[in-house]
Amino acid sequence: MSKSLKKVLVSLLVGATVLTLAGCGSSGSTTSTTKAAISGEINGGGSTSVQKIIDAAGSEFTALNPDAKFTYSGTGSSDGIKGATAGTYSFGCASRELKTEEQGNLTELIFAYDGIAVVLNPANTVTNLTKDQVAKIYMGEITNWSEVGGADSPIVVVSREDGSGTRDAVEELVGFTEKLKADATIKEGNGNVQTTVAGNTNAIGYVSLTFVDKTVKAIDVDSVKATVDNVKNKTYPISRPFLAMYDESKVDDATLAFLDFLMSTDGQAIVEEHGGIAV
Amino acid sequence: MQAIKRKKQKETIIESFFLICAFVAVISVLAITVFVFYNGIKPFVSNSYPLWDFLTGVEWRPGSNMYGIFYMIVGSIFATLGAILIGVPVAILTAVYISEMAGSRVGKMIRFAVELLAGIPSVLYGVFGLGIIVPYVLKISPMAQGESLLATILVLAIMILPTVVSISETSISAVPKEYREGSYALGASKIQTIFKVVLPAARSGIMTGVILGIGRAIGETMAVMLVCGNPIAGIPTSLFDQIRPLTTNIALEMGYASGVHQELLYSTGVVLFIFIMIINLAVNKLVKAKVGS
Repeated sequence: MSKSLKKVLVSLLVGATVLTLAGCGSSGSTTSTTKAAISGEINGGGSTSVQKIIDAAGSEFTALNPDAKFTYSGTGSSDGIKGATAGTYSFGCASRELKTEEQGNLTELIFAYDGIAVVLNPANTVTNLTKDQVAKIYMGEITNWSEVGGADSPIVVVSREDGSGTRDAVEELVGFTEKLKADATIKEGNGNVQTTVAGNTNAIGYVSLTFVDKTVKAIDVDSVKATVDNVKNKTYPISRPFLAMYDESKVDDATLAFLDFLMSTDGQAIVEEHGGIAV
Repeated sequence: MQAIKRKKQKETIIESFFLICAFVAVISVLAITVFVFYNGIKPFVSNSYPLWDFLTGVEWRPGSNMYGIFYMIVGSIFATLGAILIGVPVAILTAVYISEMAGSRVGKMIRFAVELLAGIPSVLYGVFGLGIIVPYVLKISPMAQGESLLATILVLAIMILPTVVSISETSISAVPKEYREGSYALGASKIQTIFKVVLPAARSGIMTGVILGIGRAIGETMAVMLVCGNPIAGIPTSLFDQIRPLTTNIALEMGYASGVHQELLYSTGVVLFIFIMIINLAVNKLVKAKVGS
């Protein structure tokens, strides 16, 4: 028995290796199809929420342009705006709208949107919550569905692990940063949150808007439907733009080429791959 | 002469190859230990977080600079104890049944099932726990969610079965036939023989199985993460409370953490490490003492 098991294992390993090699081969061939090489150093910085998207886009960009060097420091939106203004970053990123006094000479570019749906079990009769009610539920001030027009049963709060970009965004946009109630159930990843909410009629959770499926019910927030369109037209409250900005007078070609790449079909595919909404 | 010399050379080469292989394990264990301890002790040496607060705190809120793992230590211990309490008796009785009672056909079938159970990836235990055990616990729970200490214990109890069963069974089968025959000759029944003669004779092997079971239970991560609830605070006081074991704390947050937060996740690993060493040493001593007497 153990011999045949070994055989199976070996053949699996060989299969995996061949697949990996094939994968390498195909990504290699895309490299050769690109146009003239771009060189130079691109150093971006700013919002940590966009880091996954920008890092992924950066490594894809440097794979396509081996002469270009790319770094991104996640230091926060405000720092990104300051750095872009001062020219210490070749481009800055923010996960919020710029204030008027911050705008200066900056050229802004929305390269993605982030939208988060509040999800309930389909059996729950509640269809709309205000942002304030969501915050109170997550802080533990509202603990029964009857307080928000539902059945008389306790609310099971499901949240994400500390450090999750989705959790950061929800806490900031809904307004309960670092005030999550102590006995909230913590699940790792959008999928697990969704499974938990689908399995418990009293649960409330939140997942990336692009992630919602039929097993749960995305409710309206402040009476606005959670749709990609409503995120783009800025009516849905738990959403934000992902901005890149640069100073026209200081920007270099490599940076512009990178931002072009970010807005291209390939770049937008990376955005979606990492949980963003393409523009 | 020449041929013998060459043969000897060959032996030496093969031997040194074996030695290198043996060193892979030694080097790995050293490297892991040094790596985890180096990173985990840093925050207390550099005074970026007080050790006492870390060990006795009951709230884990990295954003507010609160890193207490006491409630996780309690959770880990409770979950492991519970899994051992349920899993070990079932496992030992299974082993007894396979080796002492079942016909060769039924025994083979059960053994095959247990081996298969050992091969199931732990994440699948978690998915099973989340899909079946958690909703079932929810039905009987006074709480509003099914993720709980109880769900964790049930999943872990199933997970330690293969380890304890297979090692117990091997050591029960290794008990010499003469022991049983002697017991029967004195007029003892089969059950009396099993409990008074066979099991005590196989004790040290069974204890080894239990130690490995404890190790598996306290170190299990993926399956537990899905069913334990992972709350950010709170010492469990009932079977239906949620827990956050040490392992899942690391696995949940390591991906995003940086700075002190990351170092303290390594510190969590150090605590886990120390726990496993203590358990191993303690039970080892226990076994030796009993065998000695």
